[in-house]
Amino acid sequence: MFLAAAEAASETPWIFENIWIVPAIPALSFLLIIAIGKRLPMKGSEIGLASIAAVFALSMFATYTWVDQIGFTGGHSEESAEGDTGDAEYSETESLGGGVQSVVLDTPGFAAAEGDESSEEKTESKPVPNACFADEDTGDSDDAEYGDDVDSADKDAESQSSDETDSGTEASAGIQTVSLTNPSGSSVYAASDGYETRGEAIITDTCWFKTGADSSTASGISVGTLVDGQSIMMLFVVSIISGLVHIYSTDYVNGDRRYTHYFAFLSLFTAAMLFMVLSSSTLQLIVGWELVGVCSFGLIGHWWEEKPNSDAALKAFLTNRVGDIGLLIGMIVLYFGAERTFDIAEINRQAVAGEINQLHLSVAALCLMTAIMSKSGQFVLHTWLPDAMAGPTPVSALIHAATMVVAGVYMIGRLYPVFWEGFMMPGTNLNAMAFIGGLTTVGGGLLAFVQRDIKKVLAYSTVSQLGYMVLALGMGAYTAGMFHLFTHAFFKACLFLGAGSVSHACHHSFDMKSDMGGLRKYMPKTFWTFMIGTGALMGIPPLAGFWSKDEILVGAQVWPGTSSEKPGAFVDDGEGFWLAATGGGDGTFTIPFIFGCITAALTAAYMTRVIMLTFFGEYRGGGAHDDHGHDDAHDTHAAADHDDAHDTHDAHGHDDAHGHGGLPHESGSRITIPLMILAFMASVVGFLNMPSGFVKALGLPEGWAHRFEDWVEPVGTGQFPAIDHAKPSLSLAVFATGLGLISILVVRGYYMKLFAKDPMATEYTDGLASKFPPLRALHNVLENKYYLDHLYSGVIAGGTTGPLARAAYWVNQNILDGIINTVGKTGVLLGRFIYRFFDQGVVDGAVNSSGQAAGLSGQFLRGVQSGQVRNYATLMFGATALIVAVFMFAV
Amino acid sequence: MYLNQFLIFSAILFCIGVYGVLVRKNGVLVLMSIELILNAVNINLVAFGTFHGQAAGQVFALFVIAVAAAEVGVGLAIVLLIYRNRRSIDVSEADLLKG
Repeated sequence: MFLAAAEAASETPWIFENIWIVPAIPALSFLLIIAIGKRLPMKGSEIGLASIAAVFALSMFATYTWVDQIGFTGGHSEESAEGDTGDAEYSETESLGGGVQSVVLDTPGFAAAEGDESSEEKTESKPVPNACFADEDTGDSDDAEYGDDVDSADKDAESQSSDETDSGTEASAGIQTVSLTNPSGSSVYAASDGYETRGEAIITDTCWFKTGADSSTASGISVGTLVDGQSIMMLFVVSIISGLVHIYSTDYVNGDRRYTHYFAFLSLFTAAMLFMVLSSSTLQLIVGWELVGVCSFGLIGHWWEEKPNSDAALKAFLTNRVGDIGLLIGMIVLYFGAERTFDIAEINRQAVAGEINQLHLSVAALCLMTAIMSKSGQFVLHTWLPDAMAGPTPVSALIHAATMVVAGVYMIGRLYPVFWEGFMMPGTNLNAMAFIGGLTTVGGGLLAFVQRDIKKVLAYSTVSQLGYMVLALGMGAYTAGMFHLFTHAFFKACLFLGAGSVSHACHHSFDMKSDMGGLRKYMPKTFWTFMIGTGALMGIPPLAGFWSKDEILVGAQVWPGTSSEKPGAFVDDGEGFWLAATGGGDGTFTIPFIFGCITAALTAAYMTRVIMLTFFGEYRGGGAHDDHGHDDAHDTHAAADHDDAHDTHDAHGHDDAHGHGGLPHESGSRITIPLMILAFMASVVGFLNMPSGFVKALGLPEGWAHRFEDWVEPVGTGQFPAIDHAKPSLSLAVFATGLGLISILVVRGYYMKLFAKDPMATEYTDGLASKFPPLRALHNVLENKYYLDHLYSGVIAGGTTGPLARAAYWVNQNILDGIINTVGKTGVLLGRFIYRFFDQGVVDGAVNSSGQAAGLSGQFLRGVQSGQVRNYATLMFGATALIVAVFMFAV
Repeated sequence: MYLNQFLIFSAILFCIGVYGVLVRKNGVLVLMSIELILNAVNINLVAFGTFHGQAAGQVFALFVIAVAAAEVGVGLAIVLLIYRNRRSIDVSEADLLKG
């Protein structure tokens, strides 16, 4: 059907309907690399690079399209919406042979006309169409539409809709794209409060299978893609990070013996993550989730020849299995709780509308949280994450920035209503997620202090930052959490790739204490990009981390003036001065807020330690550290933990073409250029979500404020919980930055004093930890990673396997063997009895006697056969005569 | 004319034939006794045919005679072979099938 020009604007963009191509490309690339990669001149990396380039281009296009629909800058949507106000139309945009069908349900009018409540009701009452039952569902929403809200709809539209319903019946088994309220057409500004509806998910579903012919009993499962702000954001992040990791890897793993497989796995990893972020049903989510896990297993164990590497891969995989049990149970509970649907949008709608039993919701959220704890490294299942550093560094960057670990946080966002409602403590506004995140963020930050391995510091930093995201999401600061995920991806990828570059220069060691130091002079590009990444992580304005971190702290609504409800004591200029964060609390998140502030200080401190140890002081590598005995005391008790990290990285068969005699050198351009790009991103992406007060203060166009929030956070779709926005606060930003700066100065002072004494030193031999027993105890606890590994492998695994083995042995010896022995003995006795009586007596008797009978009868009948024809004739005549006689006289 | 005269005669002839088959040792005589049995049957056939006023009995008798001629041909050939092998036509000596 050809559409009028006005309707064409509200058509679902081609890229959103066909977004499945994006994960399909790297998946295809994976197969191609596996099939023919080794025969190609670049060993298959060219396929990977080409596929990621295509994915990058498509993702950028999709991002552009999405952003274009919402609006690059705020405030211009008012005009665009005026055109079709008061109209409700169903327009069939495409129908290919009854198979492919797109339905755009464009209802921009109601939002502008009605108040808050009515739009809320309306959207809640509208079930999400399912590709398997396209006909009924569109029909239903159709009715609701005309009955409730749009009385003034003209007859033309109605007849169009009935046409639509008919063709829907025909094409119900086909692919269907449904957009309830198209983003651009409906992004209507109300007077003060921003959008009424915005960022509605665009779902392109196809019916996978369907059971039952009757529509009342039928059930079916549809799969497809879901495009909304969150998945677009992940598309953007994954394609950029993955692309840069690909480029970086061509140098970093160059010459590796499994170079081809490495690239194949990178492709699959990217495909899996893209598949996961675009999935429209929880089933697909599980598949993507597991695929990501498998890929991380393969890549962490890339150099599996060394035992610690394969152990680390197994640990990552098995720890994730623990969580996956939760994932499966949670999804099943959700399936039954939400009236048997796997559809994410429908589950969210029901969770928001309160149609899912609170118990179901809580159980599902708890189970899913287990999965997130394992995948996103939340306490207490984070232990695999630092060990996963055994993999190649670009993989670590990919895992920590764009794929794998953010999958958990992504899932919270994806099923946000489920988590938000499910974790809400009854009768309060407290949300348990915030506490899990708070614990993780501080616990991970503390652990980062005692690591020698630069990558492990970054790994614990990731644990800590992921905790931050969960904290934010738990407090209802959805945009803040997602924004932190977004910014974190860039600066953490920058840091990891920087660490890889550093180790590239330092004989492939990651040990900051023994092999690094003073690298600032030798590798300026790596140094500066690493500094920018570090600054972003610490939250130094105006780098990316500052904006997202402060938004999270604001989201707690604890600081005076940030609460959305209570007027603050310090700053409340009506508009909110700093960050336009979102938050649902009413000042109840004091403890998470304090955790967040502590982490802000901790992050600055441990990153300063990394910078000082790596880039300042004197270079300690190149054999120079051998004749320095200053770290021996430390080594003795740290060795157990660190030997794996220290030894395994440099034995990975890397082709060491550049024979460094002793001094480190800057890495090649294929390593430094991705670093620079990431450093650039890490410094600018924060501006995507500037608070309106800041924008105003700088005299920038007002539409530049909180763009990220507008692009990512859906509003008024009925599939997102009603969370209110916290008010930004300048004083809080100053306070948090001040905390970070003080930490930096303290730690820097510590190391400057140390380096002044001995430029080769890495720590004081008579430091605080050796003087005060409580501090030493704390240090030991941290050195041993809170003894969690001991708990898992020693107490839980050891404690269960020992008794379990003994119990199993006892059962084996006494019960199983007893049964088997008894059965055996019984068998022997029975056999003997049967042999004696049955076999010998009955069977043999029967056989023998039948033989004897045959013999005897033969003996007898032998006489008859005389060979005399005469005798035969006699018998014949006699017999005949007898028969005749019998017949004559007897009958 | 009474049927039973022929039947009695036929029965006597049959019994003589059976006696000959069972008792005589000479192969040729055994064959001849068989001829007697067959002829007894022929008499029965003709007698019943005439009694019922039908030609079928006589036609059947003609068939029996033809078959009997063939039988005698085969039988005499066997006897001749026995004689060639054993220089005797005593059928009681021909007991190769003795069990």
